Amino acid sequence: MSDDCRHVESQDGHPAPGILPRQGAGPERTHARRIVVVGNGMTGNRFAQEVVRRDPRGERVRVVLVGAEPGPAYNRVLLPGLLDGTYTPGDLVLPEPAGAVVVRRGETAVSLNPDARFVTLDTGERLGYDELVLATGARAELPPLAGLRAPSGGPGEGVSTLRDMADCQRLRTWVHPGVPMVVLGGGVLGLETARALATAGARVSVVEAAPWIMCRQIDSPAADILTRRYLDLGVRVYADSPAARWLPGTGLELGDGRVLPGDAVVVTAGVRPDTELAQNAGVATDGGVLVDDRLATSKARVHAIGDCSWPPGGGTGLVQPGYRQAEVLADLLTGADPAARYTGTRPVTRLKAAGIELTAMGENVAEEDTGTQAEPTTLHAAHPGDNRVETVTVSDAARGRYAKLTVCGDRLTGAVLLGFPRSAPEVARLFEEEESVPTDRLALLQDPPTASAAPAPEPFDAVVCRCNAVTRSDIEQAWFDGARTHAAIAETTRATTGCGGCTRDIETLLQGLAGQHREPVS
Amino acid sequence: MTTTHCPYCALQCAMHVDPTPDGRWAVRPAEFPTNKGGLCRKGWTAGELLTSQERLTAPLVRPRRGAPLEPTDWDTALETVGTRLADLQAQYGPNAVAVFGGGGLTNEKCYLLGKFARLALGTSRIDYNGRFCMSSAAAAGLRAFGLDRGLPFPVTDLAGAQTVLLAGANPAETMPPLMQHLNRSRLIVVDPRRTPTAERAVASGGLHLAPRPGTDTALALGLLHAAHAQRLVDRTYIAARTTGFEQAWSHAAEWWPEQVEHVTGVPADLVREAAQALGSAAAEGGAYVLTGRGTEQHASGTDTATAWINLALALGLPGREGRGYGCLTGQGNGQGGREHGQKADQLPGYRRIDDPESRRIVSEVWGTDPDALPPAGDSAYELLASLGEADGPRALLLFGSNPAVSAPHASHVRERLSATELLVVADCVLSETAGMADVVFPVAQWAEETGTMTNLEGRVLLRNQVAPPPDGVRTDLHVLAGLAHHLGQPTERFPTDADEVLAELRAVTAGAPADYSGVTRERLEAGASLHWPAPAEGTSHPRLFVEEFAHPDGRARFVPVAHHPPSETPDAQFPLVLTTGRAMGHYQSGAQTRRIEELSRAEPDAYVEVHPDTAATYGLLQDDWARLVSRRGAMLARVRTRTAIRRDTVFVPFHFGGAQTANDLTNPALDPTSRMPEFKTAAVRLGPASPPNGDNPRPRQLDSVADPSICEQGRNHSGARDDRR
Repeated sequence: MSDDCRHVESQDGHPAPGILPRQGAGPERTHARRIVVVGNGMTGNRFAQEVVRRDPRGERVRVVLVGAEPGPAYNRVLLPGLLDGTYTPGDLVLPEPAGAVVVRRGETAVSLNPDARFVTLDTGERLGYDELVLATGARAELPPLAGLRAPSGGPGEGVSTLRDMADCQRLRTWVHPGVPMVVLGGGVLGLETARALATAGARVSVVEAAPWIMCRQIDSPAADILTRRYLDLGVRVYADSPAARWLPGTGLELGDGRVLPGDAVVVTAGVRPDTELAQNAGVATDGGVLVDDRLATSKARVHAIGDCSWPPGGGTGLVQPGYRQAEVLADLLTGADPAARYTGTRPVTRLKAAGIELTAMGENVAEEDTGTQAEPTTLHAAHPGDNRVETVTVSDAARGRYAKLTVCGDRLTGAVLLGFPRSAPEVARLFEEEESVPTDRLALLQDPPTASAAPAPEPFDAVVCRCNAVTRSDIEQAWFDGARTHAAIAETTRATTGCGGCTRDIETLLQGLAGQHREPVS
Repeated sequence: MTTTHCPYCALQCAMHVDPTPDGRWAVRPAEFPTNKGGLCRKGWTAGELLTSQERLTAPLVRPRRGAPLEPTDWDTALETVGTRLADLQAQYGPNAVAVFGGGGLTNEKCYLLGKFARLALGTSRIDYNGRFCMSSAAAAGLRAFGLDRGLPFPVTDLAGAQTVLLAGANPAETMPPLMQHLNRSRLIVVDPRRTPTAERAVASGGLHLAPRPGTDTALALGLLHAAHAQRLVDRTYIAARTTGFEQAWSHAAEWWPEQVEHVTGVPADLVREAAQALGSAAAEGGAYVLTGRGTEQHASGTDTATAWINLALALGLPGREGRGYGCLTGQGNGQGGREHGQKADQLPGYRRIDDPESRRIVSEVWGTDPDALPPAGDSAYELLASLGEADGPRALLLFGSNPAVSAPHASHVRERLSATELLVVADCVLSETAGMADVVFPVAQWAEETGTMTNLEGRVLLRNQVAPPPDGVRTDLHVLAGLAHHLGQPTERFPTDADEVLAELRAVTAGAPADYSGVTRERLEAGASLHWPAPAEGTSHPRLFVEEFAHPDGRARFVPVAHHPPSETPDAQFPLVLTTGRAMGHYQSGAQTRRIEELSRAEPDAYVEVHPDTAATYGLLQDDWARLVSRRGAMLARVRTRTAIRRDTVFVPFHFGGAQTANDLTNPALDPTSRMPEFKTAAVRLGPASPPNGDNPRPRQLDSVADPSICEQGRNHSGARDDRR
């Protein structure tokens, strides 16, 4: 492509070259290609950081990040933590990408022309690109429920979603000790929000239409225990309870006529990929912006990553796949690794709620529960003839603990771990890396051993002082040879002279030997 | 009876050495603040090497490539080398000769080696094995505090701490007597393995965090995140004594505990608990953050050490009483070794070689023109890897190091050593590298000469001579003086007397960051406790940074760092993570400890520590021989199964040579700042193997080391490994 292709005219007739006017002269006169990223959220920010890592001086590519929000990029995952004061807004600010990155905040991309290769901002400016990255994220869903919407179409009185910093600021002014609040939607975000609101002192009810909370991630017995854990923390959970309407100033009316008191309702009923820009530009979408394993959309030089994208296998709404996509696309667009491909991730859900340790992954709902036949997944192809499904379940409802592992062949296809914080990382790793599961499945649920698990030596020959390899028999021999004190033992055997950790053991041994020696005198 | 200090690690335990009736030497511990009368097995048995049958007592010269080494006299050996060096330099220029030093050499030797390279050879190509040791922590300390001294406080200060975090350090095994200072503290041990230190932590109410190798930066950022979220950060200290917290924090903002768990495998609740333990101790009974090689020996080691320093700064530890950050230096003179000019970019006194004022001061003492001093040269691995290349050195002089075993991608380093036109090694035994040399100088060791060492707390120690060297053996200082003479240097420039060298070191370091101008043999003999800077006038400095840090504004700097994944991650072909390190009974490349009967008997072979589930997956059982393969090479090791190691990680010690050389597997990817190689993370696969020496089920490493012919293969066939299966 010649350089000319990148030049477009701005609406006011001034040349708006493919290089940013505000960046000044000098270093701009390079052959570096320009990448425009729409969306300055976690994924867009991470993409810029990954690009800078691969091309620190901007020799190959230069990045322009366009973000609608006025402030710097921030950690959206931690937003519930603003509600209970764990974090302040400043704490969530993400690193400003160094290097050849220009961040344009408070500017919204309103349209995209993939043929002439420019995006138009709400200021009227046209921004030319060599490569475009859509990282527009997702928008919170507002279900069609009476009372939720204002006549304008936005959230009604006492209604808020929890998706961005503005939502958080609004909610923070509503949360006070003792204030009744309703969380509509018992998924991960809903439960994290409910926990944070309760910590801040609100009286919280969670309403979920599905038969149980977090029904996409966990099975019904786990949900029962989780519900009880929430009740212990002062949060009432109403599952299998479709909402009827929001009554501002009163609360949420359920389908059965009950009214849950609430000064405010936080709607956490899922998110929808933000595909508007792409759709209007004729980029293929289906739920999200459709991309292949190179994160390429149906239009040349237009890519999509993060919550707005829909890779083969579907989107997840989790941050991990977005990070991975940012790495792959940075590899491709900087040329660092032209063979990089996004092959999907095996997502693990980790509930972030103080005092509750819940990790879930894969398929956890048995077919008899859902009434559908689970399809054997590709990972079993390597083990034909051995895709027997087995389930290991441990339940201790009284203590709020529950674990379920689903194994097909020798691979983990699903797991729910509630109250197993020390086992969760290894189970998650086996799932993500599709590694074979140890034959002793229950061993996975045990905490790591607290002492050496080396094969135990014969007690008679047990090493007492590891630093100097002094065994129990060495000590006994020294004792019989006349070394009766700690100092004498140290001198003759070297025991205790290294790290000193065996001093107490030696003293115990000496006492024992002295005692034994007295006994025969009867 | 003579009292001296140990030949091995940086704790430099004090010891008494007594003659025995049968003409040997017996070692026993001496009281000293650092070892408190303790000694590990290596120290107890150190005397054995003084009368070892494997001592070299005559210079060895290889008449031609491929021929065996033959004994010769000193004059012939020195003249041979001197002439060859002069010829090579005349033909190819001063940089045709490179020098490689070691962190076990005395301060006097380090100093004279650097002077020899810059003055007698005029080469810029000098570096040393300390680059493989603490260079990442040194670089991180310099940029954070403006000065690098391993522990900027006496080691005895640790004993009062409520909590101590040890990141990638295993002192219970590698520096046992140090544990006496940690016995009363709650320990938080960061290590992918359940090491004896980690066991100690767990058994006494502390914590063991076991991150996947190569993810320590994420963990350190996560601990900072958790500490901040848990209101444990010391805002007053940050405001009064530091700059740059906000930028450093923005990277930690990406590492909430559950995200840390996902990347490192350390449970989120443990991250919170560790932050709480460390942070509350910082505010109450005192806390320390200490780093070791496990967290530093990575291609991102400087950033990782920085992340730990940032955590310490956020909790208000450095430069305050009963609190601090420190790096546990490894080699005996790892601290002094990095200060006196054997590092490519430094002049004596921790002066920078690119600083005009430093060049002026040093050249004045040396009686030369500042412009005659060469510029900074290449770092250790780069130097070794360039040997024999078109623009690389043609000759290498090597003192106090065994890179054929200890360098990363060691098979490649051996190939490069073979590609030199002249390889000269000074050592007390025929190490693997000495076995490859064209000329070997038999030099005095440890207790056969007097010199000063600087221990891990920056305290200068006098290492006393116990016995004279055997007949035929000279000191490294004599070797340098002899070579300098053949290179046409005036005699007085290269004294052979350690006291004379120390006097020169005093003069040249006066006013430098590492000021030794107040260090005299008399003061040391009188028991003075001299921590540098120890100026001639005024007191020495056991505790640094109490008033202010060494940057011009007096403040410590938070340097923003991000987590980067290791340069090599497992894949289908190489599915496991290899990490390397040390075992209790051996020291570094094992050149000394493998020659000590008791130690060699206790740990005769390389072993691979592996989870029994992982071993089973690859068809291995306890005590089987296994073959480990990385993209760079292969090694053999005995299987040692342990349930307390991560299933995705295997560990091998690097003390062994021949077919058991762990560094044949390691990755020479270098840290951009410190040029530290990635010793601690590589991708490998594991499988069954037959025993290394045919039918012999328990081969003795000593056999392969004692026999110089083993190294011939390395010299004859470029790239061939010591292939003694």
